[in-house]
Amino acid sequence: MVADSGEALRRWHVRVRPRTPRLDGHGRDVLADVRQIGVEHVETVRSSRIYFLEGRLDEPDVRLIAEELLTDPVAEEFECRPGLSLRDDTEPAIEVHTLPGVMNPVALSALEAARHILRARGGKQAGIDEVQTARRYEIIGARGIDDLERIASKVLANSCIETWYIDGFGRNDPIPDEFPAPPVRPFELRHVPILDLSDDALTRLSREAHLFLALGEMRVIRDHFNRRGREPTDLEIETLAQTWSEHCVHKTLKSAIDYSGDDFGRPGRTEVHFDNLLKETIVAATTKLDRDWCLSVFVDNAGIIVFDEDYGLAFKVETHNHPSAIEPYGGAATGIGGCIRDVMGCGLGAKPIASTDVFCFAPPDYDSDRLPKDVLHPRRILKGVVGGVRDYGNRMGIPTINGAIYFDDRYLGNPLVYCGCVGLIPRNRIRKEAFPGDKIVVAGGRTGRDGIHGATFSSAELTDQHAVEFSHAVQIGHAIEEKKLLDAQLVARDHPSGCLYSAVTDCGAGGLSSAVGEMGAEIGALVYLDDVPLKYAGLRYDEIWISEAQERMVFAVPPERLDALLAIFEQEEVEATVIGTFTDDHHLRVRYHGQNVGELDMEFLHNGVPKQHLTATWSTPANGDTRATGEDEVSCAATPNDRLLEALGELNTASKEWVIRQYDHEVQGRSVVKPLVGPGFGPSDAAVLRPRYDRYGGVAIGCGLCPELSDVDPYWMAVVAVDEALRNVICVGANPEHTAILDNFCWPKVDTKESLGALVRACVGARDAAITFGLPFISGKDSLNNEFSMSPEEAKRTGLPDRIAIPYTLLISAMGVIKDVRQCVSMDLKVPGNYLVLASEPVDGGRNGLERAREMHHRVASLIAAGKVRAAHDVSDGGLAVAVAEMSIASNLGITVDVKPGAYAGSIFAPVPTTYVLEMTEADAAACRLPIIGRVEADPRVRIKHDGVGQINLSIADLAETWRAPLAQGGGR
Amino acid sequence: MADVRVLVLRAAGINREEELVHCWERAGARASLVHINALAEDPAMLKDFQIVAIPGGFSYGDDIAAGQILAQRILLGLAEPLQRLVDRGGGLLGVCNGFQVLVKTGLLPGGDVGRDKVTVTYNDSAKFEARWVRLKVCTDRCAFLEPDTYLEAPVDHAEGKVVTADNTTVKRLDEAGLIAVRYVDADGRTDTYPANPNGSVDGIAGLCDSTGRVFGLMPHLEDHFDHTHHPLWTSRKPTGPPDGLTVFQNAVRYWDS
Repeated sequence: MVADSGEALRRWHVRVRPRTPRLDGHGRDVLADVRQIGVEHVETVRSSRIYFLEGRLDEPDVRLIAEELLTDPVAEEFECRPGLSLRDDTEPAIEVHTLPGVMNPVALSALEAARHILRARGGKQAGIDEVQTARRYEIIGARGIDDLERIASKVLANSCIETWYIDGFGRNDPIPDEFPAPPVRPFELRHVPILDLSDDALTRLSREAHLFLALGEMRVIRDHFNRRGREPTDLEIETLAQTWSEHCVHKTLKSAIDYSGDDFGRPGRTEVHFDNLLKETIVAATTKLDRDWCLSVFVDNAGIIVFDEDYGLAFKVETHNHPSAIEPYGGAATGIGGCIRDVMGCGLGAKPIASTDVFCFAPPDYDSDRLPKDVLHPRRILKGVVGGVRDYGNRMGIPTINGAIYFDDRYLGNPLVYCGCVGLIPRNRIRKEAFPGDKIVVAGGRTGRDGIHGATFSSAELTDQHAVEFSHAVQIGHAIEEKKLLDAQLVARDHPSGCLYSAVTDCGAGGLSSAVGEMGAEIGALVYLDDVPLKYAGLRYDEIWISEAQERMVFAVPPERLDALLAIFEQEEVEATVIGTFTDDHHLRVRYHGQNVGELDMEFLHNGVPKQHLTATWSTPANGDTRATGEDEVSCAATPNDRLLEALGELNTASKEWVIRQYDHEVQGRSVVKPLVGPGFGPSDAAVLRPRYDRYGGVAIGCGLCPELSDVDPYWMAVVAVDEALRNVICVGANPEHTAILDNFCWPKVDTKESLGALVRACVGARDAAITFGLPFISGKDSLNNEFSMSPEEAKRTGLPDRIAIPYTLLISAMGVIKDVRQCVSMDLKVPGNYLVLASEPVDGGRNGLERAREMHHRVASLIAAGKVRAAHDVSDGGLAVAVAEMSIASNLGITVDVKPGAYAGSIFAPVPTTYVLEMTEADAAACRLPIIGRVEADPRVRIKHDGVGQINLSIADLAETWRAPLAQGGGR
Repeated sequence: MADVRVLVLRAAGINREEELVHCWERAGARASLVHINALAEDPAMLKDFQIVAIPGGFSYGDDIAAGQILAQRILLGLAEPLQRLVDRGGGLLGVCNGFQVLVKTGLLPGGDVGRDKVTVTYNDSAKFEARWVRLKVCTDRCAFLEPDTYLEAPVDHAEGKVVTADNTTVKRLDEAGLIAVRYVDADGRTDTYPANPNGSVDGIAGLCDSTGRVFGLMPHLEDHFDHTHHPLWTSRKPTGPPDGLTVFQNAVRYWDS
C-alpha cells in the first residue's frame, strides 16, 4: 500500500475479469484466432480488462468506481491495486496498451462517468484526472517468448496504434509507472525553401515531405512563390498538397488524354482526344440524359435525386483502401464514418438511412508463409474490416443493407474497402452557400495528431515499409461522437426559425484545410488556429490545420444565428467552436499565435493545379475474348454434381452470412428487403428501404462489380458492372426509369499508357452503358495508386512479383426508386408448380447489343411492376446453375431445370450479362413469351439437365452446406 | 387518440428512438422525445407521463459494458423518480440497450432481486449478431403482453445473454412470473442456437417486474410494426396486426383504461 494520501496524485489499476471461463467469450474468440495463425498448442486464453486511474484517489474511491462502474456484479470480478505496473500472473501473459495520443473512447467515457460517481459518493477530496485502459491476456499453453510475440503482433495488437508488454518465460517487460505523454513541440514558424530548387530537389522534397505532387505541380508552386517573392510556409505547402491531391481533385480523371488503341465496343482501332476525361464520359452521360429527378450531381459531397415531392435521396460511396491495409479495423470504421459525414455534409445535411459495404480481398486461406513483410494476412484484414464497418455502422444506428465481397490474390497488399451511405433530405434543405461574415464553426470531436496526411497518403504506393512510415495516417473512429454530432446537426437544420447555418461540409481528407478551403473557395476565409479545440497540448499549427481527426463538421453560421446554434450543440453535448470568419477577399488566411502562418489566393489554391496532358493506349490481349460473356473456368470436377458443388463453394459465390449477420439490418425500421432472404437465407440481389414510415414508397440499393473482366477488356468490365448494378435493383422491383448510379474507380498506378488506357476504356464503357440504359451518374470517386511493392529479397522469399497491382476495379452502385414496396420481389422461390423463366439478352457484339439489353431490363422491370413475377434473381458469378441453386437454397424448395441447347448464351457455370431467372405462375409464364427453363418442386432437390454438362441431381441440404462452408467463420479453420 | 403519454428517452448513442416513437404513435399513444439531460434537470416532468420507454442503441458507446454508463446516469438521480412513476401505476419499457439499462439499474427484475443477481452480458458467440427470433410469452402478469402468444422480431446485439448469479435465481424469477418472454425454436426448446441467439439462461429474452408494468427485452419489437418488416413477408399473406405493434397496442389499452 502506498503511504501518501490526501492531495497527492495517485495512480491505481483495476483489473476486471469474467467470473467463469464460460463467460469469457472474448478469450475464446482470441483463442480461435491464435490457433488460426498456427499456434495450435495454446489451450486457453483468459482475458481481462485493465483500467488505470490517476487522481486524488484513496482505495475506497477506487473500489467505489470499480464496483459501480467498471465491473458487472454478476458476470465479472475485479481487483484493484496501487500503481500502474504491478501484476503477478503465474501464467505467461501479454498486456496491450494504446499508444499515447491515440484516441481511446472507453477511457474518455470511463473518466466522465467516474467523475459523476465521485462527485455523488466519493471521498471528500476525491477527484480523478485521467483514465487509460489496457487489455491483458493469459496465454495458457504457450511454449516460449516466440509464441507470445507472435500472438501479440499477429492477433492482439496493431503496432500502429498499440504497444504490448510480455510477462513470462523469464521476460518481464517493464510497464511504465506513469502515463506517457505525446511529444510537445514549441511554436516556430517554418518556411520551406523552394524558390531556388532544381527539378531534382523539387522531386525529392515532394517525396520526403509526403506531398506526392508531380514535378510539374511542384514547379507551378515554386514559380507562384517566386512571383510573390517569398518562400512558402510549411502550412501553405501542405494546404496545396492536400487540395491538389488525387484524392481531392481527381486530376488524372480530369486530365487531357490522347487515346489510341482498340475501339470501344466494336472491332477495329480508334484515336480519340479528351480535353477532360471525366467530363466527357461520366459527367457527359448525366448531362445527356438530363433527368429532371436529378437534384444535385457531382457538385456536393453526395449526389441527390428526387424521392417524392417532399424528400430527396442522397447517395455517396467512398473508398478507404490505404488506411484499411495497415489498420483494418480503424481504417474501415473511419471509412464508413467519413462516408456518413459526406451524407451529413451534402446540402444542408441528409439523415443517413442505410450503409453499404463492398470489399476486395486476397483469399482468407492465403498461404501465411508467402505473406510479404508488413502485409497483414487477408483473414485478419477481412475480420478487422468487417469489425470496423460493423461497430461504426451499428453504433451510428444505420442499417448496413447491401454489399459484396470479391476475392483475388492481387488484392493482397491493397485490399479495397468501399463504404456507401444513403441519406434522406428534405428538398428545401439542398441548397447551401457560405456568405462573407458567416462564422466558421467546427463541431464534434477534438483535433489531435491522428490521421495526418491521409489525403496525400492515398497517393502513395504501399511498400513493405508503409506500416512504419504512415502509422500517423491512421485515424481512430468514435461512432458515438458522430451520432451526437448528427443528432445536434439535424436539430439545428430543422430549427423552427429555419436552418441555423448557411452551409456545412465534413472535415474529411485534408482536415480543416480542405473543409474551410472548399467552403470559402468563392469568397475567402480567415482562421485562428489557436481557437481549434485540441485533444491534447503540443500540436504544431500545421498539424492542427491538416489533421484528419474524425467526427468533425464545419458550419458556416450567420452571426445572428450563432447563439441559437451553439445552444443546441451544448444541449446535445457536442463541442462547437468559432474558429474564424468567411471573408470577401478571396484569400485563405490562417493565423496562429498572432502571426500569419499561411496566406493563399483561393484562385491559385483551387484552380492553380496544372492540367496534365497524357497519352493512353489499349490493345486487348491476343488470346482475349472481346465478348463480355465469361467463359467457364477450367474445372477438374469429375461429375456434373461435383461441378455445381465446386461452383457454389468458390469464395466469390459462397454465402457471406457470417459477415452479414454482424451488421444491423433492422435499425430505423426502414428495411423491407434485407440482405438474406427466404427461410434458407439466400443472397438478396439488392436491398429495399421504405424511407418514410407513413408511406409505402421505397428505394432499392444494389451494386455491380466484375474486376475479373478487366483482364480481358476494361470497356466490357465497366459495361457489365453497370448492367449488373441495374439488374440487381430491378430484381427487387426498382423502376429503371428512376434509377441513378455512382462510380468508384480503384486502379493501380496510372503511370503507363496501358493503365491509363484501361481507365479510358472503363470510363467510356461506363458512359455507353449509362446512356443506353438511362442511368445518370450522380456522384463518384476514384482511388488510384493501389499497388504494392517489395524488396527483391522479399519477392524472392515469397515467390511473388516485386510489384503487385490490383485488377482494374470499378464499383457501380445503384439507387432505384420504387413506387410501392409491397410490390417488391425477393429471390427465394415461392410456390411449387410455378415455372422458371429465363430472361436473357447478352450484351455481346458491340454497342447495338446494349440497346437490346436495355429493352430486356425494361421488360423484366415491367413484368415485376405488373405483379407477374414471384421471385427474381440475377445471374452472375457461377452462372445459371449457381443462380437457380441459390434460389432453391433460399427457399428450401426444389427445382427441375432443363436447359435446351442455345437457350443460355454460355456455359451454365459462366455468368452472362443481362440475364435474370424469374419465377412465374404457369399462366403468366406462358403469356410473357420468354423461354421456360424449369419448374419449382416441393421435393427439396436441385435437378438440372444440360446437353453440355449432363445431369445434376443434388439435395438442397448438400448444396447449402457446401455454399456456407468457405466463409462460415470469416474464412478460418 | 387514446390519452396515454409516453416519454421516450434520448441520450448520446441511443439510436432506435425514431421507430420507438412511431410505434407508440401508431398504437394511439402520444410520445415525446426527451433528452436525459433535460429529464435529469427536471425529473418532475415525469408526472405528465404514464410510460417511460428507453430505446435501443449504444448509449455512451456501450463503453465499459452495454448500457453501463446510462445506467450510472440513471442511478445518480433518476432511479427513484422512475420507481415512483411505477409505484403510482406507470410503466417502463426498455428494449435492447434500454433493457440492459433497466437490468443494470436494478429496476428489472426489481423487488428483492438485487443488482447482483441478474445481468445481461456478452453473447456466447462474443459477437454482434442480427437475426429474427421467435418469442413465447411466458407470463400472465405483464401489461405489455398477451399470455401464451408468440411474437417474432429481430435481435441485433452483442451483449444480450441474460445471466443469473445462481440457479435459485432463475427458479425464483420463473415462479414469480417475471420471465416475460423466452426464445423458442420450432419445437418449443429454449436452449438451441440460433433460436436462442446469445445463450441466455433458460432462454430468457425479456423480464418484467412483479407489478407487470416494468418490461424489458432484447428483441426489437419496434422494428416489426409493419408486415413488410418480416423477413418472409414476400412469401406469405399478412394476418392480424404485425407482432411488434400488438405489444404497443396492449400497453395503450392497459393504460387507457
